[in-house]
Parts: sequence; C-alpha cells; structure tokens
Amino acid sequence: MKKLRRSMLFLPGSSAAMLSTAFIYRPDSIMFDLEDAVSLKEKDSARLLVFHALQHPAYKDIETVVRINPLNTPFGLKDVEAAVRAGVDVIRLPKTDTPEDIYQLESEMARIEAACGRPVGSTRLMAAIESAVGVINAVAIAQSSPRLMGIALAAFDYVMDMQTERGDGTELFYARCAVLHAARAAGIDAFDVVYADIDDEAGFLKEVDLIKRMGFNGKSLINPRQIEILHNAYAPTQEEVDYAERVIAAAEEGDRQGLGVISLNGKMIDAPIINHARVVIERKNASGVRQ
Amino acid sequence: MKIVKAAIAGTLESSDLVVKVSPGDEGLDIIIHSEVYKQFGEQITAVVKETLSAFDITQGEIIVEDKGALDCVIRARVQAAILRGTASETIAWEKL
Repeated sequence: MKKLRRSMLFLPGSSAAMLSTAFIYRPDSIMFDLEDAVSLKEKDSARLLVFHALQHPAYKDIETVVRINPLNTPFGLKDVEAAVRAGVDVIRLPKTDTPEDIYQLESEMARIEAACGRPVGSTRLMAAIESAVGVINAVAIAQSSPRLMGIALAAFDYVMDMQTERGDGTELFYARCAVLHAARAAGIDAFDVVYADIDDEAGFLKEVDLIKRMGFNGKSLINPRQIEILHNAYAPTQEEVDYAERVIAAAEEGDRQGLGVISLNGKMIDAPIINHARVVIERKNASGVRQ
Repeated sequence: MKIVKAAIAGTLESSDLVVKVSPGDEGLDIIIHSEVYKQFGEQITAVVKETLSAFDITQGEIIVEDKGALDCVIRARVQAAILRGTASETIAWEKL
C-alpha cells in the first residue's frame, strides 16, 4: 500500500518554535523550508536548525521533506549536504525546469550518501514545477529519476511567469492537468499548490474538492489549521466505506474459493476496484469517516 | 577552532535562544540565562559545553539567553554562533 500524502505542511526552517512543535499536528508529511521562508542572512542558521530537528525523535515517525534552495545559488548544495546527512526522507527541488535539474541534484545526493554511509539512492526526491517551461517538461521531469516520489505544482512563481495572477483556478487549469498526467504516467504522486488565505475556509474547501476530484494525492499547506479540514475532505463517506468493505470481503472470499472472476451484487470486481477499496479503507483508518 | 570575532545567532522568541560569542584569551567564560534554569540548567549547560568541545573551542566568552529551547535547537544555535564567530566557510558535518 502506498503512503498517504494528503497534507504536506510547510514550516519555515528558521522558526525554532515551529520546528519544536509541528509534529503534534500530524500532517502526512512535514516540509522544512530553507528557501523562500528564510532570509538571506539566516540561511546558515536555519540549515543547522533543520539538520538537528530532522534527527529529533519526534520526527522519526513522520515523513520529512526539506525544500532546498536552487543549486545555482550559494545555498543549494549546502542545504543538500545538511538534509541528506541528517537522514531526511525527501528533498524538494524548487523551480525544476528540466530533467537536467534533477540529474544534477541526484548526482550530488549520491555523492553525499556515499560519503556519510547512507545507502546510495535511499533519499527520495520531489520536483516542484513553477514555470511554463517546467509544465511543458513535466513528463520528462516526472520520469527522470527512480528517486522521484512526486511532483508538485507551485502557483506563485508559475502565475507570474504566465503573466497572470491567482484567481478561481482558471489560471492553473492547464498546469494542474499537465502535472497530474505527468505524475500518473510515471507512477508517482502529484501535489497541488498552497492555498494562501488561511481565513477563507470555504475557498479552501472548494479548491480541495476540485483537486481531489481531479486526482491529486494532496496539497502543500502553510497552516496547521488546514490539516484537519483537508483530511476530512479526503475522508470517505460512510456509504463509500460500507461499499469498500463489501468489495474487500468479496475479493477475500473469491481468493479463498480460487475464483478467477469475482462479482458483487451482479457486478464484476476487478483489481482497480479492489485497489480503490483498499485506499478508501486506508483513508478511513487515517482520519475516520467524512463529517 | 578559535573565535575571531563577536557573533550572534538565534532569537528571543519562545522555544528559541540567543547565543553570543566573543573572542577571549583566558579560557572559556560561559554565562547562561534561562527561563527554565531551575529545572533544566544542568542539561542546558551540558549541551552548550558538549557543542563547544566538539568544535575545540577553548577560549572566548559565550552568553546564552534561553527561552525554553529543545536540546536540538540549543545545539543548532550554538553551532551557528561558533561558525559565524570563527568565520568558518565550510562545515565538518561529522562533528555535528
């Protein structure tokens, strides 16, 4: 069963208070940000803070991600050194425009893993697409490395590149479709943009409903208050849970009887339906039935 | 390593600390102020000394203003102040 990644909570890497408490909110993944949330004069200090927070026992049971600075800045490679050596699960590369961006990072990661005794290839990668070029190259980026666990769309830079601004989602229509298809074709996860207005719960829910129906695994979040709302929106209804349980029971009974074809209420149940039923049960186990 | 200039790291926000380091010629002078000194003073002192020792800092003045930081935060802020105060461009990660 694949890991649930509905919520990926951004934390400023320079905030000791947030790094000391964020695990209590139980997002599916926590993303320590060393890029835009950290001022130039605090890059060194934030890097050390994240390096030590990653090794804190409270973060052992939660997926950790570090958003590094781009490799063409004086900070990017130092961020990779800190994150890989600290044992982060995933490195998020911002402003990914081409597969070559991934190859370059991959090579540095392999070198650092070998130097510090971690298995080469054990640190995963995530590409953030933030430009028209990145969206056009999404398929090649998504298929560029076995380390990639997902690709994310980042809206702020993207809409500026497209000479527009954030609105009702029309401005992201093509990019969302392109990133999602690239991820699915490569068999990896797809993450939607952050919703910046934390006081607009109705607007947030409307966007979550859209991206869930499109097929995104989840969203990047900037405030812990959005986690429960998001998880509830992704939780199955009681009706969906009941049906999933009947599907799994029928599949198990079919296995016991050695049946090649399984049916429920006269309808054939095949592998995709059974897999979907397992995802429904997993989501119910993670956050209950939708309220 | 030798502290060659005054440097500072951290903030006075809750769960954080400020570490100031300055050059000195006669041993280490460590001053620690903490909101939770009564309960955790020994532990904070131990973490600060252990971090200084890992960098072979044997001279200088170290002033810590703690606001209830976790050990991992104390380590990070002391290290940041040392690296700034020693004007170090590269980090020996294995020492951390």
